Amino acid sequence: MSSLSASDVRPQAAPAPSAPPAAIKVQNVSITYQSALQDRQTLVGTLSRLRRRRKILREVRAVRDVSFEVPRGTVLGIIGANGAGKSTLVRAMAGILPPTSGRIEVHGRVSTLLALGVGFDRKLTGRQNVVLGGLAAGLSREQLAAKYEEIVAFAELEEFMDMPMRTYSAGMYGRLAFSVAVNMEPDILLIDEALSVGDAHFKRKSFDKMRELCESAHTIVLVSHGMNAMRQLADEVLWLHKGQIREYGPPREVIRAYKRFMRVEDDDQTAEEDV
Amino acid sequence: MRMSTDTVNKDVPPQEDPAAIADGWADAYTPEVNVYEPHRTQVPPLLPYVRELWRRREFAVEMSRMRLRSQHYGTMFGTAWLILSPLMLGVVYFVLVDIIRGGNRPAGFFTHLLGGVFAYYLFSDAVRPAARSVTGGGRLILNTAFPRALLPLSAVIVSIMRFLPTLPVYAVLHVATGRPVGIEMLWAVVVFAEIVLFAAGVSMLVAAGQVYFRDLKEFLPYLMRVWLYLSPVLWYADEVPHGYDFLLYVNPLGSMLTAWSEALNSATTPGLDWLLIGLAWAVGAFVAGGLFFVSREREFAVRL
Repeated sequence: MSSLSASDVRPQAAPAPSAPPAAIKVQNVSITYQSALQDRQTLVGTLSRLRRRRKILREVRAVRDVSFEVPRGTVLGIIGANGAGKSTLVRAMAGILPPTSGRIEVHGRVSTLLALGVGFDRKLTGRQNVVLGGLAAGLSREQLAAKYEEIVAFAELEEFMDMPMRTYSAGMYGRLAFSVAVNMEPDILLIDEALSVGDAHFKRKSFDKMRELCESAHTIVLVSHGMNAMRQLADEVLWLHKGQIREYGPPREVIRAYKRFMRVEDDDQTAEEDV
Repeated sequence: MRMSTDTVNKDVPPQEDPAAIADGWADAYTPEVNVYEPHRTQVPPLLPYVRELWRRREFAVEMSRMRLRSQHYGTMFGTAWLILSPLMLGVVYFVLVDIIRGGNRPAGFFTHLLGGVFAYYLFSDAVRPAARSVTGGGRLILNTAFPRALLPLSAVIVSIMRFLPTLPVYAVLHVATGRPVGIEMLWAVVVFAEIVLFAAGVSMLVAAGQVYFRDLKEFLPYLMRVWLYLSPVLWYADEVPHGYDFLLYVNPLGSMLTAWSEALNSATTPGLDWLLIGLAWAVGAFVAGGLFFVSREREFAVRL
């Protein structure tokens, strides 16, 4: 493990000539966005703030000059404190948030599990949400039909698929979201803080599914505060701190440095849990 | 800050995994390369954007179908409301206007008003739901990359689906009241296209505007009502007193609904000026609304 600046990281993270080609290339990426100062920005509120000559927007520099590569078939774990820029970076890899500068190249079909949710509307049924989410992601009806039973069976929600999703518990909601994401047979799977959903039985099942995906040469980017899962699943771990890469390297070493930095004891079980 | 990204899909060499090819997923999931980088202008390259939009058209159609079904699911008359609701609205407006006029109505006024109400609601039934289409699509927007314009455009599709069943109703009443029938009525198709294009532009504008100003949807019902009163629906265009005729030109729906009534109600060729002014408004609104929407849509994920 080494302490690396963003520009130092690239040579280390870049694959050797014999290594598989990069599935994701992140080159000097910075992401800055403007966020409203009001919780709920309204026309009336904005005019009022402008009249009082008060600022209506603040600038958030979420990611700062970050470079790394994720070789095909690699599981990259991203760790960091709240507000470190982890979710923003993963959303940029998914094409949801644009980089302000730099370039992101993604080779392959991406499936995402970012906002711990699937689909569009809680008033619609589970079945309708799976169809809408799949079509929005660019799948055809034939592809969805081929995968639908598998998704439902994995989520174990056969009797609930024709009920509105507002009747689902948080666990059921999470199970369906996870099942959709992992069963779309993506080349690249991006998961943000959503590894552990449902009851103990489903947690075990989802963890096993993740291992299966890892072993079948899928490229996975995993954001989690669960250090135990990171150690078991990730090939490399990237530690983001205030939008910059603090460390990049083997999971055990990066996690140890991170926990030392966060002043968490090595045997602290709370930090080990998947959350 | 301006946020926008180029997304480029390219063909890459075929997948190596024979198993994947065998089960058909290699064909189904075309390997793709996406490049995300800032670009100089606010607006993303339009050709790839439109291509992506077209590729996901099934999403917009399916969402429209589901929305339409859920709106009338469990009601006593079910989908019959699609006809009953605008018909009752038209009759109520007719009675109201007839009372105000003291029963002194011009020829063909009932069908003029009914056709006008149907056409006006084609516009307003698209715009009002469109305002909530992006802010209401939070999880999908935070989770999936897709052209966000699909959301307001699906509101327009719902509105078209609601409008189409009213046409046979209009046709029956048109014939029953002895209004003229002729080939010139086909000009209504051109006006219909103008109204849809205009509705799509305004829908995209308000959908993006609602992200920045969450109280916009509170203003819209009032705006829509005033807009109806200022449009030639409850009155004929040639009844406008001198000094108010500018309303027909500055109100985009003024020219479109005048041409609509001339074609549909009077079975005459609409005035070329109405058609051209309507076309200019429709294209202008579509281009302005569309450009505003796509230049802003990358910000939505951090604004929701």
